[in-house]
Amino acid sequence: MTLSTPETPRRVRRTPWNRQRLSGLLWQIVVVGIAVAIVAWLWSNALHNLSVRRISTGFAFLGREAGMPIADSWLAYSPKDPYFRAFLVGIVNTLRVAVIGIVLATVVGTLVGIARLSSNWLVSRLAAVYVEVLRDIPLLLQLLFWYVLMQGLPAARNAWKPVDGVYLSNRGLILPSIPIGEANLWVIGAGVAGMIALYFLRRRLIAQQMADGRTRHIWPYALVLLVVVPALLSWLSGASWGITLPELRGFNFVGGLTLAPEYFALLIALVTYTSAFIAEIVRSGIQAVDKGQWDAAKALGLRRSFVLRQIVLPQALRVIIPPMTSQYLNLTRNSSLAVAVGYQDIVSIANTTLNQTGQAIEAIALIMLVFLTISLGISLFMNWYNARIALVER
Amino acid sequence: MISVTLTPEDPLPLDRPRSRRTSSGRVIGWLRANLFASITSSIMSLLLIAVLGKALFSLVQWGISNAIWVISGDQTGPCRAIRGIGACWAVIPEKYRFILFGTYPFSEQWRPALATLIFIALFYLSTRRNMWGRKLIITWAGALVLIGALMWGGLFGLSYVSQDRWGGLPVTLILATFGLAFGFPLGIIVALGRRSKLPAIRSLCVLYVELIRGVPLISLLFMASVMFPLFMPDGVNIDKLLRAQIAFVLYAGAYLAEVIRGGLQAVPRGQYDAADALGLSYWKKNALIILPQAIRHVIPPLVNTFIAFFKDTSLVLIIGIFDLLTTAKTSIVDPAWQTFSVEVYIFVSLIYFAFCFAMSRYSRQLEAQARQT
Repeated sequence: MTLSTPETPRRVRRTPWNRQRLSGLLWQIVVVGIAVAIVAWLWSNALHNLSVRRISTGFAFLGREAGMPIADSWLAYSPKDPYFRAFLVGIVNTLRVAVIGIVLATVVGTLVGIARLSSNWLVSRLAAVYVEVLRDIPLLLQLLFWYVLMQGLPAARNAWKPVDGVYLSNRGLILPSIPIGEANLWVIGAGVAGMIALYFLRRRLIAQQMADGRTRHIWPYALVLLVVVPALLSWLSGASWGITLPELRGFNFVGGLTLAPEYFALLIALVTYTSAFIAEIVRSGIQAVDKGQWDAAKALGLRRSFVLRQIVLPQALRVIIPPMTSQYLNLTRNSSLAVAVGYQDIVSIANTTLNQTGQAIEAIALIMLVFLTISLGISLFMNWYNARIALVER
Repeated sequence: MISVTLTPEDPLPLDRPRSRRTSSGRVIGWLRANLFASITSSIMSLLLIAVLGKALFSLVQWGISNAIWVISGDQTGPCRAIRGIGACWAVIPEKYRFILFGTYPFSEQWRPALATLIFIALFYLSTRRNMWGRKLIITWAGALVLIGALMWGGLFGLSYVSQDRWGGLPVTLILATFGLAFGFPLGIIVALGRRSKLPAIRSLCVLYVELIRGVPLISLLFMASVMFPLFMPDGVNIDKLLRAQIAFVLYAGAYLAEVIRGGLQAVPRGQYDAADALGLSYWKKNALIILPQAIRHVIPPLVNTFIAFFKDTSLVLIIGIFDLLTTAKTSIVDPAWQTFSVEVYIFVSLIYFAFCFAMSRYSRQLEAQARQT
């Protein structure tokens, strides 16, 4: 057999490759052409309809007065404020539910997931029932259920009072609060800065301990950074930490921190529903850890709770984090069910705006923008965390 | 901290075969092993027994012993008197026709009832392994046509009922089933597109999937109910239910595409090469070789997506379509019955639970089978 010239095999390969490429190109042109045609058709219809109905386009409405009352807001807001401010309040309300919901759902879900694997029959059975019941009923139905229960609570006059200063009534959950002034903010800021410093310090101490094997303690640093410095600052700035207890005056409460029934119902529904899914993720994550890890730890004579916390859970996290991310995204998206009970999150406010101005396209574009941004933020954070805890193999 | 059993192979402690209680010794042995194995475990058991016992006792008191089951007409006085002390189950026999079938003409309600039964039969047949394949597709097509004929009528002497009057359980089942029936092929096409070598098609599919998955379903439903009419030419007026149905198809398509894509990734490279070596075209290769294997890989996550989707249909409440949850909520607008929403919600929860629980049991069974093979 003679060696073929470089030309021959290339020509043989080229012909089908070219045909494939041509048909691929044709396919793409056809599909993209259809997509563009559909979008263009929809767009021209929309422009025509908008002009017929005299609906203005563009985001100029954001500067106009909203005239929409918002009951539950952490930002200062009045109906005279522009739409822009109303949207801001909505975003803060969405984040308020989503962030606190994610934290609580993670805690509850992890506990239930571990309980599900308990050697105690009653505990594991109870956890299984919790998971099964909550997963198989629509979230919206659960939300309505919680909301009805909230409304069925006694009026403010006969509020339930489990602990002094804590009231549960149809006005929501009322907790004692500490008025935050400028001085308090400084002290809190010092505490947070201390925590960040402590985090980096801990990493350094561990690295040093790894290098020379001598034990190092972190608690003296923690004492200084988290207790002594903030306390000193508080004393110097004269911050007051007096607790205001809520008081019943007339038909409502004065003072204290109020969690409105809408917010409270939404939070409970989101946390219980999502925690059921998280529990299943945690359970399968723990089960994915090799049995040999348990045996080895047991052979070293370590306590079971220590093994779970220090050996099994860190390894299970690698399996747990990716599905957990999608649960966090789900919780954030599900927080939009707020509109069903009248908690004014971003979707609810955009919906009111849509009804007032008729600018549907802009309102829905804003919802999409907000949720895509939040989703992207959560994904980026979780991917960073996932990369950090990923198994470093030697 | 709760101690954990070391049984990775046997996932659920509750599924473990337990000793038969043939004698009192066995019972005591079981109790010692499962409830009183250690001091912490014993304390936990005793605490739980106390708390659960009390909760169960008050639940039985509220739900059964103090409950009112039947009252005549709208005389809800006795029910109001025991509010908070006992349940008023009398609301269910009074309202169940409306909750289940909405405003469908009362004398014709056997038709949605029959449609519901056909749906359930269809779901049951779909779980049978020997039905998988072409037979199933034909059965589905036939059943869906039959359901349409039953619900609309206008044929065979059945009076015509427009879809404004449909409501309750059939609407929930229609939204879920048609959403899946059309979303599934859409999902397959998008999943294939996302793995295609052609950049324009791939980016179109990525854009579609990420946009739909990035926003809440509610905003899609708002779009369907408010924005959709804006995008249609003059004179074209699509019914609200159909608009919501289109939104659900697009929504299901995006989520199913991601699940199917996972299955496609699990098909070994050699299968593609072998199909290419046989000279099969792109479509034949995927339809005959790749997809059957890919879908088999992802049946359990597919069923989980179906469950999520079934529950998500309840969101149409927000745009005012009369599905099961909306009829339940509307049934207690009636002033005489206004205060008994808890009872109605429990009733509806049981219906949703029955469907979802059956599906999740089935998915677990499939997973167990997959582990064995």
